[in-house]
Amino acid sequence: MMADRNINGISTNPESLKQSALQDEKLFQHQQFNGVHSSQSSRSSSPGVRLGHISSQLPPRLIPQSQLPPVRPSIGNVTQQIGGINLNQSLPRSSPQFGTPTFSQSQSSTMGQKATPSPITVNTYFNKDTGSSIGSTASQQSLSGSFPVPPQIQPNLVQSNAFSVNPQSSSNLGQKSDSFPPLQGQFPNVQQNNTSQPPKPFHLPNPAPTRTVSGIGSLPSPQNKVLTNQNADLSRTHPTQSQHSMGVPYNSSLAARVSPIPPQQNFQISPNRNGPIQAPPSQGQINSQFGQSRNVVPGSHFQTTVSQQNLQKTYPQQPSLVQNNDNQRINGPNSFQNFNNGPNNNANLPTTPSTLSTQTTNYQQVNNSGVPPLTPPNVAQKANLHSNRYPTLSVNNYQQPTVTPGQYSYQQPVQKQAVPQQQSMNSYPNQNNQGGVLQTGFNKYWGMEHFDLLQIPNILPPAKEEAPLVQLGQELLDEANCSPDLFRCTMTKIPENNSLLQKSRLPLGVLIHPFRDLSHLPVIQCNVIVRCRACRTYINPFVMFVDNKRWKCNLCYRINELPEEFQYDPVTKTYGDPSRRPEIKSSTLEYIAPAEYMLRPPQPAVYLYLLDVSRLAVESGYLKIVSNILLEELKNIPGDARTQIGFIAYDSALHFYSLPEGITQPHEMTILDIDDVFLPTPDNLLVNLKDRMDLIADLLRLLPNRFANTFDTNSALGAALQVAFKMMSPTGGRVTVFQAALPNIGPGALVAREDPSSRAATEVAHLNPANDFYKRLALECSGQQIAVDLFVVNSQYVDIATISGISRFSGGAIHHFPLLRPARATLCENFTRSFRRYVARKIGFEAVMRIRCTRGLSIHTFHGNFFVRSTDLLSLPNINPDAGFGMQVAIEESLSDVQTVCFQAALLYTSSKGERRIRVHTMCLPVVSTLHEIIHSADQQCIIGLLSKMAVDRSMQSSLADAREAFINVAIDILSSYKVSLNLGSPVTGLLVPNCLKLLPLYISALLKHTAFRTGTSTRLDDRVMKMIEMKTKPLYMLMQDIYPDLYPIHQLENQEVIMNSEEEPVSVPPRIQLTARCLDNKGAFLMDLGEHMVILVCPNVSQEFLNEALGVPNYPAIPDDCYEIPVLDNLRNQRLHQFISYLNEDKPFAATLQVIRDNSTNRVVFFERLIEDRVENALSYHEFLQHLKTQVK
Amino acid sequence: MAFNFPAFSYIIALIVDAFLIFFSLFHVIAFDELKTDYKNPIDQCNSLNPLVLPEYLLHLLFNILFAASGEWFSLCLNIPLIAYHINRYRTRPVMSGCGIYDPTSIMNADILTRCQREGWIKLAFYLLSFFYYLYGYVIALENDHIEHT
Repeated sequence: MMADRNINGISTNPESLKQSALQDEKLFQHQQFNGVHSSQSSRSSSPGVRLGHISSQLPPRLIPQSQLPPVRPSIGNVTQQIGGINLNQSLPRSSPQFGTPTFSQSQSSTMGQKATPSPITVNTYFNKDTGSSIGSTASQQSLSGSFPVPPQIQPNLVQSNAFSVNPQSSSNLGQKSDSFPPLQGQFPNVQQNNTSQPPKPFHLPNPAPTRTVSGIGSLPSPQNKVLTNQNADLSRTHPTQSQHSMGVPYNSSLAARVSPIPPQQNFQISPNRNGPIQAPPSQGQINSQFGQSRNVVPGSHFQTTVSQQNLQKTYPQQPSLVQNNDNQRINGPNSFQNFNNGPNNNANLPTTPSTLSTQTTNYQQVNNSGVPPLTPPNVAQKANLHSNRYPTLSVNNYQQPTVTPGQYSYQQPVQKQAVPQQQSMNSYPNQNNQGGVLQTGFNKYWGMEHFDLLQIPNILPPAKEEAPLVQLGQELLDEANCSPDLFRCTMTKIPENNSLLQKSRLPLGVLIHPFRDLSHLPVIQCNVIVRCRACRTYINPFVMFVDNKRWKCNLCYRINELPEEFQYDPVTKTYGDPSRRPEIKSSTLEYIAPAEYMLRPPQPAVYLYLLDVSRLAVESGYLKIVSNILLEELKNIPGDARTQIGFIAYDSALHFYSLPEGITQPHEMTILDIDDVFLPTPDNLLVNLKDRMDLIADLLRLLPNRFANTFDTNSALGAALQVAFKMMSPTGGRVTVFQAALPNIGPGALVAREDPSSRAATEVAHLNPANDFYKRLALECSGQQIAVDLFVVNSQYVDIATISGISRFSGGAIHHFPLLRPARATLCENFTRSFRRYVARKIGFEAVMRIRCTRGLSIHTFHGNFFVRSTDLLSLPNINPDAGFGMQVAIEESLSDVQTVCFQAALLYTSSKGERRIRVHTMCLPVVSTLHEIIHSADQQCIIGLLSKMAVDRSMQSSLADAREAFINVAIDILSSYKVSLNLGSPVTGLLVPNCLKLLPLYISALLKHTAFRTGTSTRLDDRVMKMIEMKTKPLYMLMQDIYPDLYPIHQLENQEVIMNSEEEPVSVPPRIQLTARCLDNKGAFLMDLGEHMVILVCPNVSQEFLNEALGVPNYPAIPDDCYEIPVLDNLRNQRLHQFISYLNEDKPFAATLQVIRDNSTNRVVFFERLIEDRVENALSYHEFLQHLKTQVK
Repeated sequence: MAFNFPAFSYIIALIVDAFLIFFSLFHVIAFDELKTDYKNPIDQCNSLNPLVLPEYLLHLLFNILFAASGEWFSLCLNIPLIAYHINRYRTRPVMSGCGIYDPTSIMNADILTRCQREGWIKLAFYLLSFFYYLYGYVIALENDHIEHT
């Protein structure tokens, strides 16, 4: 284990790198055996609990006990519930119903009711119990429906009563929100107890809660008990079945007709996690429901309150005091009052029967900042509000204080997040009417439900989006499949022919992050690497064994012999079963390549630094930072004893530094002739790092001051690159260029092309290179295994579009630090961290990557930094752990005769230790034949990743306007094809999306406002081009954060979910909120995670405790303008904040820089420009974008 | 047998067209090699690029002859191709040398198929026009003969 760890953890930690260097050889044998069973996991995603969560598609968090209803008799229940949730999640499509029994007492009692044979009893029960008119009507209706439906409606009733009245009910909701992340955090305040419970794999509905329920509402308890027991039995025997039987769909349609409540019921039941949200009703339908609700609710209201009181009274075993507190905390005193006062009590109650109306009230509060929330809007008003609330919201500024003083601020956004579910639930019934109850039930169970985007302003799931799982139908294969962090396809199921793919309008492609730092990687050394003799595919978990001696290639279907060696299992040391080999157990592994994989002896690690020392470069101050970091990290530079390093500085001349043996100071040689460059001395320009360590350190100390007083404004980048090529070509290696000024002299000289006055123009020119000097040079470099990495630290236009060619085609990386100045602390810090990571990270030399895919598929276009040497071979002089690649895939032949298709990426590289290695990733995907399945298998994040790459190509080949239009067309096409696939008879008014694509429009609207593709906002050409390059090369998880940053409320961390980080420490993680001012709050503090940078916005009315304890400032104005770190203080708030920040940093190559800004700070634009859902000048808000889509979708 | 100017332009067109047929054959073969991974795209582009301009110029040459000799119909047949050539060269990628093929983008499947299709279509066009020029040559001679007799 250790060995594995070390080997793979190299790049992050210099220390471990060293260790691994040492252990690499020693423990080698050990590794390969140990590695055998290790499952693939990313470096950052930790073992233990968290992993488990991920695998089950659960958001990585555990449920704080606090969110369980206070009534809950024992912890046992809690865990069971969690277990239930888990089960749901791990099932392909979580079924809403499954969690139901656990929700609340009332709920469970209703469940019991449901099982009752005669609906009549139920009916009476309800009447007796609550005496609410709603209850009776609803139940009668359900009777008319005459299905096992009635129970579900009744639950609503009970709940509605309980909720409106009783804190207990709210706690129920809270509990429920545990299970369903979209709701999470809705009632974070319920209790302070944050201890998390380990999830249990299975859930059985527990009779215990029911009993309590019966106690509560003076329900006819015997009946209840019996019923619950039945229910429990059912679920024990057939968990899935029970889910179905409880399924929303059955009654939901009925319920919709009957009363406003059912939707809520549905909502409660459905366990939407990431969003198996079903949905789309037409607005009209919803409204009609509202209309009904209008009729019903006022009448019932009085009764409700009464019943609440009753409930509270008749609830001796519950700690009612606590509950009251909870309730108050949740609603705030005012809202509580409100509820007592008015007919609109429903609105203020968190779990009121018609949750929609709750929502509306919230919005209303938002809209009329001045209006005290007490004013009771009548229900009809609410309905209206609901129908048109969204547009108003987009206009809203968050500064309008939305909440009553007592109310906790960011509950509001959180509460809103519950809306998608509720609404979707509301809408669901309508769907049912069209599609048939059973069908919808199954759809929902499989996660194929759909919903109407226009009805759901808060679409973002509170937890991070996890990649959809590939389901091959065999558990073993599913486990063996490649991690989505490494290899990901835009669909988890491949259409069987091209016409089907065209019908779905989805882009087909794969994204790969082949050299990602891994914590577990089986490494295999064997004499013969088993490969297919025809197509050279490496043996993988998805091959078929014809018998013990032969295997059938899963890419070309040739039958190959197995070598004798392969029969031996190194773990059990037994012969005879090839399927126990690590090659068959893991789809990501690494081979130590034997000699036939080398064209020449493995090259040493060679590093050359080209330093721009023109006036602009000196002003940027980068040289000092670079020298310091290199000095510190000299010992951590990856490489063996042969490692070489060299330095060249250039302005209008080239300055070479010769470091021969036996001298005390580096020699500088300056060459003024830059048109025809030559090397001043044949050797000692690249010197052995270990031998000349002292001399190199001397040079690094001298360099920053050497050019401090230069006034040379020229930069001869072309000449410097040429000379670097000459120096490196015998060995190959890595050239690192720091460029601060436009290269304006010598070969490859450029002129400033950008017209600053047209930065905001809709048509952007000069996205393409001005000449092909850098590209040609890059191709030459690529041929000699030289990669050129660029650090652009410009303060003026440097024509990145042209000079980036040197990196793009030589497999290099490009980093951009615009306007770097010593005075700009965050930027310098960012540069420092980035460069430190760069110097010490793992590196692979003279690499090639080959992508193979099953016959019938072909790789169409490649995206990333490399040179395509043949149809499936990428030449990568260097490979680094932060490089991502994308490939578009075309279906050339019909795949109808195969069950699965495979993609295999093999990366052959020389490690920094001079070892030739092959890293192989194999991904297997099932083939399907129906449009429906294809659309529901879409992976929205991956699609966005691929689309953005395609759009970059489009904007370079055609124009930016074309690319933008293509984005919109993609969204329209996909939504249209989905509508077609639904095959709904009647025209549908909403904007329907399947669950798996629900964020696609959001991401596309974010892309349209992204620096790379926006128009109308002043954008420097270099910044734009750089962002485009990042789109092509960033790995998906970083790209997504760049496109749609994560926003978290952090002023209430103590009330959040607690999950375990990689070190098994608890971390409070607040739910993500959407990037709109509507989600912000005057009394909050918000953290926006931009990937390499985090911004904390502190709003003026944030609580004093937060300022004092978390931020360590006495009061709001005391937050400095340039606050770039949070002091480490000895209190819980502060610790939680730090833990949360480091938790966010876990996945990143290097820790993000932090910036704390006040709301009135001049820097606030950093934060507010990324609120991309709101309307900015010349760009549509998200809602407007949806409206536009709706008009276009046919 | 007298030899008039139209006949001369046709015979030149005939000869040049034979070269063009070879060019496009080479083109088709080269892209097929690229597709089947036999050749490095840099080498292939280096061998293809120098041939692009000569091909275009040769094609232009006999069309000028057609214009001069008043063979309007033959010229009209070729005008679309001339326009295509001009456009193709105008929109070529940024390159310092002559030619239209860029080794970094040539392996893109779209461009590869397009180039290959272009090769086949041109081959067919040149072959057909080869026989047409032969026919035109004969007709020109015939006309000449009729005029003389």
